[in-house]
Amino acid sequence: MKLTLKIWRQKNGQTKGAFQTYSLDNVSGDMSFLEMLDVLNEDLINNNEEPVVFDHDCREGICGACSLQINGEPHGPDALITTCQLHMRSFNDGDTITIEPFRAAAFPVIKDLMVDRSAFERIQQAGGYISVNTSGNTIDANTIPVDKASADAAFDAATCIGCGACVAACKNASAMLFTSAKVSQFSLLPQGKVEATQRVLNMVEQMDKEGFGNCTNTGACEAECPKGISLEFIARMNREYLKASIKG
Amino acid sequence: MGLFTSSIARKVTMSLSGLFLVIFLAQHLVINSASVFSPETFNSWSHFMGTNGLVQFVMQPILIIGVLLHFIMGFILESQNRKARPIKYGVFKGNNNSSWVSRNMILSGIVILVFLAVHMYDFFFPEIAYKYVSMGPEDPTRYYAETVGKFADPIRTFGYVLAFVLLGMHLWHGFSSAFQSIGFNNKYSRALQGFTKFYAVVVPLGFIFIALYHFLNQ
Repeated sequence: MKLTLKIWRQKNGQTKGAFQTYSLDNVSGDMSFLEMLDVLNEDLINNNEEPVVFDHDCREGICGACSLQINGEPHGPDALITTCQLHMRSFNDGDTITIEPFRAAAFPVIKDLMVDRSAFERIQQAGGYISVNTSGNTIDANTIPVDKASADAAFDAATCIGCGACVAACKNASAMLFTSAKVSQFSLLPQGKVEATQRVLNMVEQMDKEGFGNCTNTGACEAECPKGISLEFIARMNREYLKASIKG
Repeated sequence: MGLFTSSIARKVTMSLSGLFLVIFLAQHLVINSASVFSPETFNSWSHFMGTNGLVQFVMQPILIIGVLLHFIMGFILESQNRKARPIKYGVFKGNNNSSWVSRNMILSGIVILVFLAVHMYDFFFPEIAYKYVSMGPEDPTRYYAETVGKFADPIRTFGYVLAFVLLGMHLWHGFSSAFQSIGFNNKYSRALQGFTKFYAVVVPLGFIFIALYHFLNQ
């Protein structure tokens, strides 16, 4: 198929960016979206032009590196997949596809379509861990009984790959879905309960410091999340936060 | 300190003040509905609300604080949220993942704020002036005529109806969203959401019905 691509080009974080239009022939429906961009970049390199910079790593939907706002939606039009899992058969011959970086003050553009998502790393570092002594006498995790419902819910939360689609989709660029998943994946389990109070306070404080917007419960994050993280985790985090604030 | 300054604290403030206003709205509708079936009952209820010390000096200030908190916090949140995305998307398909109403609470909120200003000008300020400035004589029969008279003007009535349509839209998202903000999302949420949507339709329709009833019976 033949496509017209409107791609955001930006030299670096200090300069202003703009859309540039490219046309690409012979795109196969079996190509992934990122493979299509690889083909475009090969063409650009062959023509002595600067290739388009975009994030990618595992290309199998588990690392959270790929991003891209495709035709107004993070990870494109299909549900529950990342950009690397999006295939060109989701588009039609002659389509114009607009490709932009995830936009948020907390995700500054590094170059073209690549943004700096280290704000998520700092939220994780603020409390997204459990303090377990790993010096050789670690107790097997299975010796602590965990009920099935809590284990399942914790696993659901832990499937968050930290890609940032929730922030990109939210009209307020809020990071509540990500933070709530990372809070819940620990606090639902006995090992995580020990530090639960401080964890939620610290992670929310860091989230606010990073300059994300406030959650207004539109549900866009849940709808666009490639892992289907539920809004229930945000409610859980709100509950935990209120409890923790009162406890101190 | 986070209890007062964090993003979650701001959500909870919006939620609790909003839930309080939802309860106030139901009470207001009950009193207004008396104007349809019995002018005497409407007068006696209004007289009670206008002269009872508990209502006037405890409930009324709480209500004013609730309204102010909701609006001021709403504007603070909106300005912070705009700053969180300084460069807008070239293409943004919000309708694919969220409702228009949920994304435009500030718009419906501003319309309601304008309506409230007109409402205060129509009822609250003249009432305060009558009672506490010009020290008018206590007249338990004046409320019905004062209220119904306001609906003689078609433009005012149209504005009233429009404001309540927007209030319905605001409640459609806001009422159920308030429960999510305070962490209430469990097996009862579905039923509760049904109730909040029912409320968001029926209560504003009740106000609209009363306004049109008086407009058509002038």
